[in-house]
Amino acid sequence: MTAKTGNILQIDALTMRFGGLTAIDDLSFTAPAKAVTSIIGPNGAGKTTLFNCITGFYKPTTGAVRLFHPVRGETPLETLPSYRVARDAQVVRTFQNIRLFPKMTVLENLIVAQHNPLQNASVFSLAGLFKLAGYRRAETLALEKAMHWLTRLGLTEFADTAAGALPYGTQRRIEIARALCVDPVLLCLDEPAAGLNPRESAALNDLLIHLARDEDIAVLLIEHDMSVVMKVSDHIVVLNYGRKIAEGTPTEVQNDPQVIKAYLGEEEAAA
Amino acid sequence: MTAVVHLGHSTTLPERLKDAAWIAFVALILGIPMIGLTTVDAGGKLVVQTRWALLGYFIAASFCGRLVLRYVLDALQRRRQAQRTPAATAERRGRFSVLTLLGWLLLGVAIALPIAFSDNRYVVDTATTVLIYVMLGWGLNVVVGLAGLLDLGYVAFYAVGAYTYALLSTQFGWSFWQALPVAGGMAALFGVILGWPTLRLRGDYLAIVTLGFGEIIRIILVNWTELSGGPNGIASIPRPTFFGLPFKPPVDEGPMTFAQYFGIEFVPAHRLIFLYYLILVLALLTNLFVSRLRKLPIGRAWEAVREDEIACKALGMNVTNVKLSAFAIGAMLGGFAGVFFAARQGFISPESFVFTESAIILAIVVLGGMGSQLGVVLASLVLVLLPEIGRDFAEYRMLLFGLAMILIMIWKPGGLLAHREPTLRAPERSP
Repeated sequence: MTAKTGNILQIDALTMRFGGLTAIDDLSFTAPAKAVTSIIGPNGAGKTTLFNCITGFYKPTTGAVRLFHPVRGETPLETLPSYRVARDAQVVRTFQNIRLFPKMTVLENLIVAQHNPLQNASVFSLAGLFKLAGYRRAETLALEKAMHWLTRLGLTEFADTAAGALPYGTQRRIEIARALCVDPVLLCLDEPAAGLNPRESAALNDLLIHLARDEDIAVLLIEHDMSVVMKVSDHIVVLNYGRKIAEGTPTEVQNDPQVIKAYLGEEEAAA
Repeated sequence: MTAVVHLGHSTTLPERLKDAAWIAFVALILGIPMIGLTTVDAGGKLVVQTRWALLGYFIAASFCGRLVLRYVLDALQRRRQAQRTPAATAERRGRFSVLTLLGWLLLGVAIALPIAFSDNRYVVDTATTVLIYVMLGWGLNVVVGLAGLLDLGYVAFYAVGAYTYALLSTQFGWSFWQALPVAGGMAALFGVILGWPTLRLRGDYLAIVTLGFGEIIRIILVNWTELSGGPNGIASIPRPTFFGLPFKPPVDEGPMTFAQYFGIEFVPAHRLIFLYYLILVLALLTNLFVSRLRKLPIGRAWEAVREDEIACKALGMNVTNVKLSAFAIGAMLGGFAGVFFAARQGFISPESFVFTESAIILAIVVLGGMGSQLGVVLASLVLVLLPEIGRDFAEYRMLLFGLAMILIMIWKPGGLLAHREPTLRAPERSP
């Protein structure tokens, strides 16, 4: 398998078994760079399990997850522990059930996301303890980056509020802003539009398209809201019972008989 | 029965009277065997006597006490509800400066205390004990309050610090100041040793393992007689000196003493006051160190791990290192406190490092409000002074202690100071 130019992620014959249950069954697909790739499918199709395999939270039973990192080159993600997938491979994810640091402020959440560069700058906390210039500079940079993403997602007014005290839709956006602070090359979003109102949802669409096209942050998206999926996706992979049943552009997928069957049921069942 | 537990509902007078009457009834039931009947030694045999009048007072006191308590609780509840309104935010900012002021005030009292009570050995001694617990509380606060790792065996690190100093000084003649960093490092090493195998554990499971670790250290100290002196402990540990000047009565041809050097008369209280200031400085350094760490990446990482470990991993944080550093630094601070303890007592034995100590230190952190530095000070004052004040009540002392803890937890479920101050704020946006 060689890296096709223009791909960011390649999944090869991935299988994930939990005891007798096969959550992902021999799945292969590629996700193009500079693009939004959506993973859709009914509940229990294995979408979140796939995310867990890509980001190192699960070790796949068999198969490979290859990242084509712009600097590091080909990186086998399935061999890395989850924190190295984020730190070294720069593949960052959000969670279906939001995982913020609720008692910390929104700004602190975004600074924690920049833990690694800051911790390096603090030289075992010594440079930080004595407030040396190098550390102060790193801190200012981190603060600037945090404020940049807060502004981009329209969250500046909440910067000093405890993250747990904010509404659901706002928390979703904070989680995306926090993930962006890690400087991802691939951003994996697990149902980011859930709980957003139509206006917030439209803003999210624009953001995702902009990230992929202009900032070169490829997006892997799990989403149930088809209005989002069809608008933002360049490429769609449809899963059902852990298997890929269709793949292609939004139009191709929409007209695929297998997909219609998975979502609407078979003719006999409907009749 | 539920009427006793529910604290926030009834407000009308008849309801309050009914509630108080119920409490009085409970007091009656409890009081008959505990107060109403007593045994008196009458010439070699026990005779049962009754004290109905005293029981009457007791019940009346319960009735009135409940009325007052209820009134206070309701008032507090109303005030708390008022604070939840958005208008209260500005007022709360005002309260933080009150807390800062309280902190400085306490520091002022702490500095002035030995001067005001220079002739009162008991006061200075008790204040030194309070400060040891403050320091231990600040150390454990890193592990429990910030990193959220429930450690029930913290006293082990205190013991490691104390025994390291005791052995280094009695066997190799190291001075207090030489041994201090070594003992701290030793305790930190033990922190890592405990940390390694327990990294995967959380909550209850971690608590059990740390509890076991604390006991293992104590049992090793009891049994490894060649090293630790077993249950007999280690005696005649050298006291810390004032830059080499010992606090001793002057002896001809002996080394220069503190009193001689300054040309003052020897008073045993000098050493006590010196020890007091020593622990005060150590505790303040601990506070400064921990407050600074909290605002550094490592401190924020500790809090983030407490809040959500999985999110930390997803952001590229090596949770293993973060937890180990919390264990190591918490243990190191406990070790420092242990060195001071050994130097102050001059004698240590495993009896000083039992589980109760761990429990008290943990209670200080929880009661103070997890993660709050000032809260630890207030809680140490409460937890050390209450039993001291309670000495007059003899056997009711621990009862009083328990009652006070229950009351505080009812009024302040998040600890005395549950507020969390952000580690940094957004820069002012240019208009």
